This record gives sequence, C-alpha cells and structure tokens, in this order.
Amino acid sequence: MTAQAGAPLLEVRGLRKYFPIVKGMFRRVVGQVRAVDDVSFTIQEGETLGLVGESGCGKTTTSRCILRAMAPSGGQILFRSRQGAMVDLAPMVRAELRPFRPEIQMIFQDPFSSLNPRMTLLDNVGEPLLINGMRNRRERTDRVAELLRLVGLRPEFMHRFPHAFSGGQRQRIGIARALSTNPRLVVADEPVSALDVSVQAQVLNLLLELQSRLHLTFLFVAHDLSVVRHISDRVAVMYVGQLVELAPTSAIFERPRHPYTAALMRAVPVPDPRASNIGGALKGEVPSPAAPPSGCYFHPRCRFADERCRRDAPPLREIAPGHFARCHLAEQLNLDIRQG
Amino acid sequence: MNPAPPLLSVRDLHVSFAMDEGLVRAVDGASFDVLPGQTVGIVGESGCGKSVTMKAILQLVEQPGRIASGEILFRRRTGPAATDGEEVVDLARLPSRGVEMRAIRGAEIALIPQEPMAAFSPVHTVGDQIVEALQLHGRQWRTDGGPLSRKDARQITVDLFRDVGISMPEQRIDAYSWQLSGGLRQRAMIAMALSCKPRLLIADEPTTAIDVTTQAQVLGLLRELQRKYGTAIIFITHDLGVIAQMASYVVVMYLGRIMEEGPVDDIFHAPKHPYTRALLRSIPSLYGRARVALPVITGSLPHPFNRPAGCPFHPRCGDVIPGMCTTRVPSLQNIAARQQASCFLYHDKADPA
Repeated sequence: MTAQAGAPLLEVRGLRKYFPIVKGMFRRVVGQVRAVDDVSFTIQEGETLGLVGESGCGKTTTSRCILRAMAPSGGQILFRSRQGAMVDLAPMVRAELRPFRPEIQMIFQDPFSSLNPRMTLLDNVGEPLLINGMRNRRERTDRVAELLRLVGLRPEFMHRFPHAFSGGQRQRIGIARALSTNPRLVVADEPVSALDVSVQAQVLNLLLELQSRLHLTFLFVAHDLSVVRHISDRVAVMYVGQLVELAPTSAIFERPRHPYTAALMRAVPVPDPRASNIGGALKGEVPSPAAPPSGCYFHPRCRFADERCRRDAPPLREIAPGHFARCHLAEQLNLDIRQG
Repeated sequence: MNPAPPLLSVRDLHVSFAMDEGLVRAVDGASFDVLPGQTVGIVGESGCGKSVTMKAILQLVEQPGRIASGEILFRRRTGPAATDGEEVVDLARLPSRGVEMRAIRGAEIALIPQEPMAAFSPVHTVGDQIVEALQLHGRQWRTDGGPLSRKDARQITVDLFRDVGISMPEQRIDAYSWQLSGGLRQRAMIAMALSCKPRLLIADEPTTAIDVTTQAQVLGLLRELQRKYGTAIIFITHDLGVIAQMASYVVVMYLGRIMEEGPVDDIFHAPKHPYTRALLRSIPSLYGRARVALPVITGSLPHPFNRPAGCPFHPRCGDVIPGMCTTRVPSLQNIAARQQASCFLYHDKADPA
C-alpha cells in the first residue's frame, strides 16, 4: 500500500442519480425520481463507513453508482488508484473502468441467489480471476484454495456446488469471491441481514478480521443499526436520497443531531424486556423521492418541525468537528436515544 | 395473573417429513401452553421448527410432512354468542380439510404471515378478500349467529382499517395489495387476521420483511390491539429484540426441540440453557463496545439429515458433558419456579430416543 494512513480512498462529491418517470406511448418524461440527490462523503483508507436508511432512501443506488454498476446522473466519484492519483469514475465508459473493476468489489445480501448454482466453488470464486486474466487453471486453483482458507472454509470443498452449503458458509464463499481480485474497497450491501443470529456474529467477526489483515476499506450498507454500530468507524444516514447525518460512530450513537437518526435508533427493539421502547414510533411514511415535501424532507414526520423547516431546505452543516447534520435545529435539540 | 385454563396446550408434538433421503423430525417433542390474552414468543434460528409448529397448530403441514404424534388441545367456542360455552378439541386429530378445522382456521385461530405481498391475492382488492373472510367466518359479529350481509361486512372492514391505523379507509379498501406500501399492506393483513375476532393470533415473523420504523409502528399496533381485543398471540421470530418487547412468555427452540421456556424476564435476565445464553451473547448491541469480536456460537446449524445424536446442541455447546450429552437426549424439565430447560447441567432426566 502506497497511500499514507488517513488519505481518502474514495471521495464522493455531489453524487446524483435520477430516474425518469415516463408516460404514454411516446415515453414522454413527466418527472424525475431523485433516488440519490447531491450526496457527498469520503472514505479513508482502512476505514468502514456504514450507510443506513430505510428502503427507498437511496443507499443501494449510491453503492451501485460507486461500483459503477449504474451510471450516475451527475457528481464525481473520486477513487485513489494504486498509483496514488485520484481518478473520477463517474464519467468513465466501460473500457476505461476495466482497470478499476478489480479494485472495487461487492459482497451481496442474499447468499442463495448471488452464487451460481451450476458452478462449483472453484468456478464461482475463480471466475473474477479468470476474467481478470488468470488463465492458468492450476494457478487459479491455488488462489481459490488460499481464499477459502482465508474465509474459514476447507479448500477440499472447492469442487462442491453451492447447494451443499448453509447460509453462513455461502456468505463466506461470497466474501472469498469478492476478495479474489485483491480489492481495496469492498462494498457490502446488507451482508448479514439474511443470516441467522448465531451465524451473523461469525460473519461480522470475519469481516473485522479480514479488514485488519488485508487492510480493506468497507462501505457497509445496512438497515440494522446495531450491526452498523458494531462494524463502522463512521456512519452516514440517508433519507429520501439525501444524507441527513454523517459522524463518527460513537458520536452519532451518543448524541444524534438529526431527529430522523434518533427516531431510527429508537425504533430498534431492545433485547431487554425491562427496557420497553416500542410505542414512541415515528408516525407516517417515507415520502416519495419523485415528489418530496417542501423545506426539510423530514418535516412532516418530525415532532420538532417549525415554520422554517416547512419552508427552507436545511443544508448539511458541520455541527461539531467531523459531525454533519442536515437540520436547522441541530444545535438546540438534545436527542436521547434511550428512553425511560 | 388469573389461573385461567390455557387456550392452547401443545403436548409432546412430533411433526416429521418423510423425504427420499430419510425422515426429518422437524418438531421433536414440543410442549407449551398459551393462556388467554397472553403473548408467547417462539424464538429460534432457521430450521428450528418454529414455523412447522405454527403450521401444525393450523393443520397446514404440507406433504410429505405429517403430525406423527402429540396433542394440540385448543379450547374452542361452541357457539357465536358470548354466553355460549367452550370445549376442548385436539387439533392434531382433526382432518385438515374437514368442516371443523375450517371453522377454526381464520375464525378462532388467525395467522399473520411473514410476506404480506405474497399473502394477498394481487387480482382481488384487499377489501374484497377481507369481506370474503367475514362472510365465511364472521358470525361472531352478529348476536343471532346468522351470516353477514355484504354491506355489513364491508362496513366492518372499513372500521377495521381505521382501527389498524390505515388512513382514508373507504378508499384504501378498494385498493389492490400492490398499490399499498409495505407498512400499509402489513396493517391490512393484521386487519384481515383480526376480522373474525380470533382468540388466538399466530404472527409468523410479521415484521421481518419491513423497515425498523415501520416495524416499530406494527409492533405498537399489535400491542394496542391485543389490549383492546384480549387476543392471545403466538409470536414467531428470530429477532430477540422483538421477542423481548412483545412476549410475556418465551419458548426457545433448536432443531425441533424446546431448549428452554419461561417468562420473558427470566429468559433474558437469567437464561439457563447454554444455547439461550450463547444466542443472547452473540447479538450486537446499540450500547455495547463497537468493533470488537462478538462471542460466537461455533460451528453451524447441522443439516436436518445429519441430526446429532444426544442433545441436538451438543456439538456447538461449550458446556458439553462427554458421554452424557453426546448419547442421551435431555428432556424438558422444571428447573426453577416457572422456568423449564432441557439440559443435563440442571437435571439428569432423558427422553427415550
């Protein structure tokens, strides 16, 4: 690794992804779904950024744009190449992206549909190697064996098919495949939400261990806040296509500065029958990103909203060092996630 | 607590599936009670038999599965009026497609399924589907026990929608399930489950597929409705947080057997079985230390065809007693005033294998 510690590996600036709403025979564009609307953040080398939000908030679209599985509508995706220069992935075409593909890899949510059932582990895990030029089968077999050992599976398994493995084992296979090309940035989209509780802890531990051994950088997309808290250095919260809060994990969980973040945290059922926390639930539903409300997008569901919130859209401001929130009242509110 | 007799009493239930590869004992001797108005949580990981138990109660176990032995004693109403009496029937003995079972399913025992998207028909409006259920089972709504007219059933549905917090119920009743958001769909499902005033509601992972904020709304709603109608609930989930918030009595299952059961406070604050303890340790907390390795349960869930001999948890258990847990199956025994566990750390009574 040539980059010094603390240098950003990824810098997302003003990322936008709009989907057109078309109508009629001539597919007239009648509106835009602003799935991702002006999102900016950086990820330092070796860091884990947790990206949370409810379904439809744009967290998956954001991660797909970074992977360049889709083309963004605007903004920059600056990635530090192995040579040390920052390159913008956003405007690149297929051929230009090719050299960067091995460096950014993905771990999928569902370990049952993300592995090809007709391919053995050797072929599933080895395919990225083949595509990236490792033509020699012997060499590939050795590398797959090494990868399987790395994720805690026996190399002898490589000639079996995915159906022979449990959910947790399959997720390990998916991790081995993501790591096959020696990526520097790994995008994990809900990697443990389909797993059983006892297996979830094993996979989280594996991700933490791999990160320190291989100096990986993670963008960890999830909706489970206790999992995000466990694994992330910093947390970004999205609501209707926008970042509403971004802060170091301890800061955001000790004192969230955005009422939406606090509401999300309070909604997590506490595994303790003596601490009842259901009932203070957030009212209403997530607005459509095709027709967001005026002012602050969160104002119709916010119990602190005043006239200004209904009228003016708040900018994302730095409230404390490294702690950003998109709320007019961020300084005044004292949001405690624990309640009586 | 009132010493009312249990509404549902499952006694030594065995459900097995005869597969080509061999016999899978999906539920292997489960016993628990549900008191009227109580919420019982059944918690366990995939393959522990929690959903099959639920299906057995409703007589919906699919081929090649069958209820091999055991009793499912349910106290049903003998008539629609409040003054009518009750009688105990063994649901395990009733034919699945018989008149009696069909009169119980939906009317006396209702189900909130996991996937509200898959549970509603996409080609009928949600209102029509609830009206249909009401016309079939809704005798409870009339004191004389006669059938409901379509108009009355529709009015009841509108009221139910309002009850479960669906705004604009008169319009929403004519919507198709795919026109509703996930939260609304689950609310409509709850309205349907409650439509015939069941005395027992089975909620099978009702909030697994939805967001945390919507989950909190749905859980709050279920609690409120339970207070209002006094319905008993069997709450099936793998989420220990949901169990802690919803249940008053908890049954912990693993590979078709009950590992431990007891009042929710004892299960969370004085867990006895090593499996319950390990499960509670392995969940990340909102308040714990971040970025340190979580204590894990080593190994993985065994394949149903490779069921371990002896205690099903012994290959993953830190407290395994060699020669004991590896060969004999511990039975579920009282180990504290109200707590039961099947573990040789607390007693030496084994079940016949």
